[in-house]
Amino acid sequence: MEIKREPLGSPNDFRIRQLKARDMLRGDLDDKDLERYVEERVLTTTLEKAVAWGQGNSIYPLTFGLACCAIEMMAVVGARMDIARFGFEALRASPRQADLIILSGRVSMKMAPVIRRLYDQMLEPKWAISMGACCSSMGVFNNYALVPADKFMPVDVHVPGCPPRPEALAHGILRLRDKIHGRPREGWRERYNAVGTEELLPGDADLTSPQINVFQAGDTAGA
Amino acid sequence: MPDATGLELTAHELREIDSRSILGTEFHRGRATLVVDPTQIKAVIQRLHARGYTFLASLHGVDYYPEEPRLGVLYELLDMTNVDRISVKARVTIDAPHIDSVTELFPGANFPEREVYDMFGVVFDGHPDLRRVLMPEDYEGHPQRRDFPIGGEPVLFTYNEEHNYGKWQ
Amino acid sequence: MAIESDYRKREESITLSSEPVGDAETRELLSLNIGPHHPATHGVLRLVATLEGEIVRDIKPIVGYVHTGIEKTAEDKSYWKAIPVVERMDYLSYYFNAMAFCGAVETLLDVEVPPRAQYLRVIHLELNRIMSHLVWLGTGALDLGAISMFWYCFREREKILDLFEFSSGQRMHTRYFQIGGVMEDIPRGFTEKVRAFVKDMPTRADQYADLLEKNEIVLQRLRGTCPLDVDTLLSLQVTGPLLRAAGKPWDLRKAQPYSSYDHFDFKIPVGTVGDNYDRMRVRHAEIYESVKIISQALEGLPEGPHITTDRKIALPPRHELATSMEALIHHFKLVTEGFRVPPGEAYYPIEGPRGELGCFVRSDGSAKPARVHMRDPSFVNIQALAPMIRDNYLADLIATLAMLDPILGGIDR
Repeated sequence: MEIKREPLGSPNDFRIRQLKARDMLRGDLDDKDLERYVEERVLTTTLEKAVAWGQGNSIYPLTFGLACCAIEMMAVVGARMDIARFGFEALRASPRQADLIILSGRVSMKMAPVIRRLYDQMLEPKWAISMGACCSSMGVFNNYALVPADKFMPVDVHVPGCPPRPEALAHGILRLRDKIHGRPREGWRERYNAVGTEELLPGDADLTSPQINVFQAGDTAGA
Repeated sequence: MPDATGLELTAHELREIDSRSILGTEFHRGRATLVVDPTQIKAVIQRLHARGYTFLASLHGVDYYPEEPRLGVLYELLDMTNVDRISVKARVTIDAPHIDSVTELFPGANFPEREVYDMFGVVFDGHPDLRRVLMPEDYEGHPQRRDFPIGGEPVLFTYNEEHNYGKWQ
Repeated sequence: MAIESDYRKREESITLSSEPVGDAETRELLSLNIGPHHPATHGVLRLVATLEGEIVRDIKPIVGYVHTGIEKTAEDKSYWKAIPVVERMDYLSYYFNAMAFCGAVETLLDVEVPPRAQYLRVIHLELNRIMSHLVWLGTGALDLGAISMFWYCFREREKILDLFEFSSGQRMHTRYFQIGGVMEDIPRGFTEKVRAFVKDMPTRADQYADLLEKNEIVLQRLRGTCPLDVDTLLSLQVTGPLLRAAGKPWDLRKAQPYSSYDHFDFKIPVGTVGDNYDRMRVRHAEIYESVKIISQALEGLPEGPHITTDRKIALPPRHELATSMEALIHHFKLVTEGFRVPPGEAYYPIEGPRGELGCFVRSDGSAKPARVHMRDPSFVNIQALAPMIRDNYLADLIATLAMLDPILGGIDR
């Protein structure tokens, strides 16, 4: 959707539009003029896009706080960084009524089946944000007691940080919203037009050919 | 904190009553510790309670890995009227990790003793409800022993995504 | 017609009488699971409540849903690196966790903390206490239904987090306390900002008092509900505002002063009855006392180094690295291996916002601690929930849990 700015110039433009509107209201516009009038003023879209727009702008998050990130999630809901202006005001306690689960905090071994059950109780369509380092990867505590969230449930957006600032979590939520709208925002490679930085997995291409300068994982020499 | 002479006096008095109970005293950086025979722990704690140390500030376990006896249970006692702290240490072996529970004297020792059982495997005889408190009920192993591996997951990158746990499909 | 007569038949079988069903011996007990996911449990606390009608007969807390193995992780890291790990335990009072750990290690090392560092520590600790009480007040009032308190308290909390960000760069879990002092001196302008905050805070606290203290609903729900006397609390090892609300003026800042708390003049709010209303008032009054301490610390902030000058424990200042060889060697040694602590055991108790927070560190002479244990106040305070709530209503359970202020990160560690 483009926004065209027109110079507020000739009074004729405005007068012409006024007259056209008057004619339309009277029923005086004929076929082609009417079509052009309607096209200029009405937004047409597909049903999926309209539904996705509605879904993305009114997500009900689940009030689910585990540990320190929960306090920052409460700060996101608070008055300074307010996600109610994005439409995420109605935090629901029951998983049946929520469609976004924000895993805020460390997921321990005892809690993982509980979270899985909560996620299963949520109705489609549902999304999950893994907030903080502890549930995205293992975070600060890489030990026997924690489980990364990717192991037992699908996660849409991972927000790094320990704990992520409210601005970071809001950024993650807005990225999720773009994903729901079907227009995921471009990554850094597209934005900076970075060529030659793609990730190649073993088996993708011939890694020994000299055109490709491959940085093997775990390789620190020459870094 | 009692100073070193106060500690020795207390130990002496307790040895007067029962010579087998106190195995030694330690005084390091202002902290007084009585090392006690684990079979006599309840009596010693009761005598200290009568002496004024009526508040059990902390009950925790330590694993002295290469030294035997390996598992130690520490009781931090506090005397609120004189503002005096004393620690009591009882060490048990890993083959027979039994010690008397002090929950009758200090009901607030319930959860801490369960935690020591959960993390170290020390069985408290006489505890009303000895179950695991922090780990899942059916967990095997006692995590905080020194020979328990720290565990953990490898961090997920693109190159090891497929054959490590991968992204949930 | 058939539907109607069926309905009438079913209706006849219902007797509406005002007598209670059954008598004392045949009353049924219902076990209700107030599960780990619940809006009112302040974290993932699971309570199995045995109810008889609406009255709670017994309650069993089941914890462990956020157990992170912090103590085991801290054994794997050198002493400096263990500070951020230990900080994340009781996640609302992170400066207190760091203080207890640093204090224990400083006792083992027998190192002297310079007075400026002690005053800076006191300022940050008291700011953290105010912040913890604000979050408690906001979420506690939210549980009772006074939803707007949440927004007001979090507005003040944002101001405090701005101060923390100003001094250390991070809002939560700042790793500002270092073994031997604080990591960095405060920047210019910090004292003015803290003064402005301190001038503002008592008015805000008065506003919270106006909103809550004489409110009819708050009085009805909190006054007289779930009292517990001092002896039961002491036998349950409870300390902190719960003990002070019952009437015993026990505060480690006054009883065993640490980090120059004895230089400041402040009072300890003490309640009389020990019910939920007293607990709320005591915590609310502590905010004023913390404000007093902060302003006194700001007035008397001494000059001097912000960390101990012992180079074997603290990093040398950067400008020395260009000129002095020993400074370079010390820096290298500290950053790669860390310092070694002589073998011994230390237990360092401080007064956290929820009670006595103690850190036990055992060192075996290497650069990593051999055992770190935090005696967390919430872990022992949660045992007091069962005696408090016996024979009271389910609604009182929610109010009591809010006034008890458990932090599951500290309980589960």
